[in-house]
Amino acid sequence: MYQALLIKYAEIGIKGKNRHLFEDRLMHQMAVALRKVDGSFETVKEMGRIFVMPHGECDKEGAIEALQTVFGITGICPVLIVTDMAFDHVAEELVGYVKQNYPASSCASQTFKINARRPWKAYPKDSMELNADLGEAVLNACPYLTVDVHHPDILITVEVRQSGVYIYSKVIPGPGGLPVGTSGRAELLLSGGIDSPVAGYMIAKRGVEIDAVYFHAPPYTSERAKQKVVDLAKQISIYTGPIHLHVINFTDIQLAIYEKCPHEELTIIMRRYMMRLAEIFAKKDGALGLITGESIGQVASQTTQSLLCTNAVCTLPVFRPLIGFDKQEIINISEKIGTYETSILPFEDCCTIFVAKHPVTHPLLKVIEKSEHSLDDVIGPLMEQAIETAETITVGN
Amino acid sequence: MEIYLDNSATTRCYKEVADLVYKLMLEDYGNPSSMHQKGVDAEKYLRKAQEQIAGVMRVKPKEIYFTSGGTESNNWALFGTASAKKRAGKRIITTAIEHSAIAEPAGRLEAMGYDVVRLPVDGEGYVSMDALAESLTPDTILVTVMMVNNEIGTVEPVAEIGKMVHEKCPKAYFHVDAIQSFGKFRIYPKRMNIDMLSVSSHKIHGPKGSGFLYLDERCRIDPIIYGGGQQNGMRSGTDNVPGAAGTGLASEMIYRNLDENVERMYRLKAHLADGLKQLGQVTVHGPADVRKGAPNILNASFIGVRSEVLLHTLEDRGIYVSAGSACSSHHRAPSATLTAVHATAAEIESSVRFSFSELTTEEEVDTALAVLNEVIPKLRKFVRS
Repeated sequence: MYQALLIKYAEIGIKGKNRHLFEDRLMHQMAVALRKVDGSFETVKEMGRIFVMPHGECDKEGAIEALQTVFGITGICPVLIVTDMAFDHVAEELVGYVKQNYPASSCASQTFKINARRPWKAYPKDSMELNADLGEAVLNACPYLTVDVHHPDILITVEVRQSGVYIYSKVIPGPGGLPVGTSGRAELLLSGGIDSPVAGYMIAKRGVEIDAVYFHAPPYTSERAKQKVVDLAKQISIYTGPIHLHVINFTDIQLAIYEKCPHEELTIIMRRYMMRLAEIFAKKDGALGLITGESIGQVASQTTQSLLCTNAVCTLPVFRPLIGFDKQEIINISEKIGTYETSILPFEDCCTIFVAKHPVTHPLLKVIEKSEHSLDDVIGPLMEQAIETAETITVGN
Repeated sequence: MEIYLDNSATTRCYKEVADLVYKLMLEDYGNPSSMHQKGVDAEKYLRKAQEQIAGVMRVKPKEIYFTSGGTESNNWALFGTASAKKRAGKRIITTAIEHSAIAEPAGRLEAMGYDVVRLPVDGEGYVSMDALAESLTPDTILVTVMMVNNEIGTVEPVAEIGKMVHEKCPKAYFHVDAIQSFGKFRIYPKRMNIDMLSVSSHKIHGPKGSGFLYLDERCRIDPIIYGGGQQNGMRSGTDNVPGAAGTGLASEMIYRNLDENVERMYRLKAHLADGLKQLGQVTVHGPADVRKGAPNILNASFIGVRSEVLLHTLEDRGIYVSAGSACSSHHRAPSATLTAVHATAAEIESSVRFSFSELTTEEEVDTALAVLNEVIPKLRKFVRS
């Protein structure tokens, strides 16, 4: 068990003068994530490093799990802090640490290296001496380990600070990326499928706050399908923070398209209206881009020709983080972030209701635009009605 | 306006039953296992409930065991018999159209090495008696058949089946899943050769999470729940006094005006069936003669309209029906019952179940028909190309 967690954040470190903005945001997001964990945790910045200090009885495993949802963190190191800094005592604690974490049974014939640092220069031994003397102590106590200073299996860092000696060797991977709230906001087109939640996650990972739109088509899609989307939004909000989910009633627009446009173009035209509506809500939410889960060639509406047609109605940039991913790669992420189980629940979403048997895969923008003209008489009021009747649900606050 | 036509999924609790349950939670809340007066008082409610149920079936009160509902009763009948009779034989006979509360435990027993036979049914859902006769081998330990099919309302000839089972395999037990039939038909286990019978309370205007298993006193099955030894050691766990008492009262109440209520439901069902036929392209499943099926269940396919879409359209108008069986809507597999009666894919995809209770009125059925007349043509306009 650890006394503190050292937080590693690779990419923020290379930021220039606004580095502190990123760090402050990261600390804030960590504090938010830790609020849900049993116990009391303090997040401190000390000499250019961020530590999480648990106070009293608490769920230490839970804290690590929670921090693994905070973008910006690349690694979480459980740290042993030795406050009685007399060298013999430090050596004894270090040996205990090694025996516990690397027992003979599982780490026989592995190599190690002590990597000592001495930010507190008043300590009587310098880092070279610490390396040698502590290495010797471990070697004597754990004959099954040998030293390799170039390619050690186990790298044990020992940092001597005024407040104590910090010992750590394991790095638990974090999600990486940038802290949410450092890169503006974008509007996610969220369906009940596997891809769109993953797309939202990927963009949030780059520090972007997320709001979402969902197209609901009662009675063709059920209340349970809507609940499924709310549940998906909740699951990604663990990573992204609060999401405003706009539930837009799309039935009448869909029926109008079905009645007036060629059936093989239904999906493309439908998606163009979805993009238009999403952009309207994006602007309301102050979002600077749209996010979709499209991946080239996955379905008829995601061929490059189809993407060109849907993209043509957008003025905001459209972020498509999955564009080059295979389905299995997307599924893998979806399983990792916990949306897969919900995504595969068998409720129909509005994209699959009126699918033509042979939808166009190579639509021409001019042809699509011409077909859309047959909606001119009716579409204005239908769009307005869809905007007015939308219901906004906030999740993850 | 609310028109509830999904009474085979669950029913509204009788006011008297809800009041009794409430009283037993707030006033007579004792534990029958306690030695003090509070426990003795609570036990009286259990006894009374057993008597009420035994009264309507003409059996002995001690033959009634309270459970957490139909699913537990069915599981107990199957696993309890399999365990008690494992040396007598391995064959368990059931049908192709059972509810999952029978089909799933039967599948589990099959995986454990039992020889499970699933009898086929004909186009109206009737079990093949010839197949039954052939399947009844000396190592048969249990035959389990549902009395009323929950999806299409076919009424199986359980008395006839029971007679054949006991003649050909005197040592085998005959279990009846009566969850959809109790409270719609008079059931007398002794003369109908039924050894075990499962009933769920919330299908007869009682509380959810409650039901019973009738177990003939001559039959020996093993418990599946062990603990404090309640109910003669057959079903441990602190007695659910409010649930049991509610079940007892609901059982008594539903049989009070049974003939009259059943007659009215048959008339409503015939009326609805006639109205549906006028819509065109509608198939009614189950026995062709409406009066031969259950009085409260009508399953129809509206070709070209997906059942889920119709369900939500009706829901919008305050009319509640079921698409397939409510319990099975958690998974999307096509209905085993409809498949077994050779319904076409187009029929299965568009099947909706209407189910009545004694509270259903003619006016409600008329409104439902009027709404269907209005929405079906509209929905048929928008079908998948």
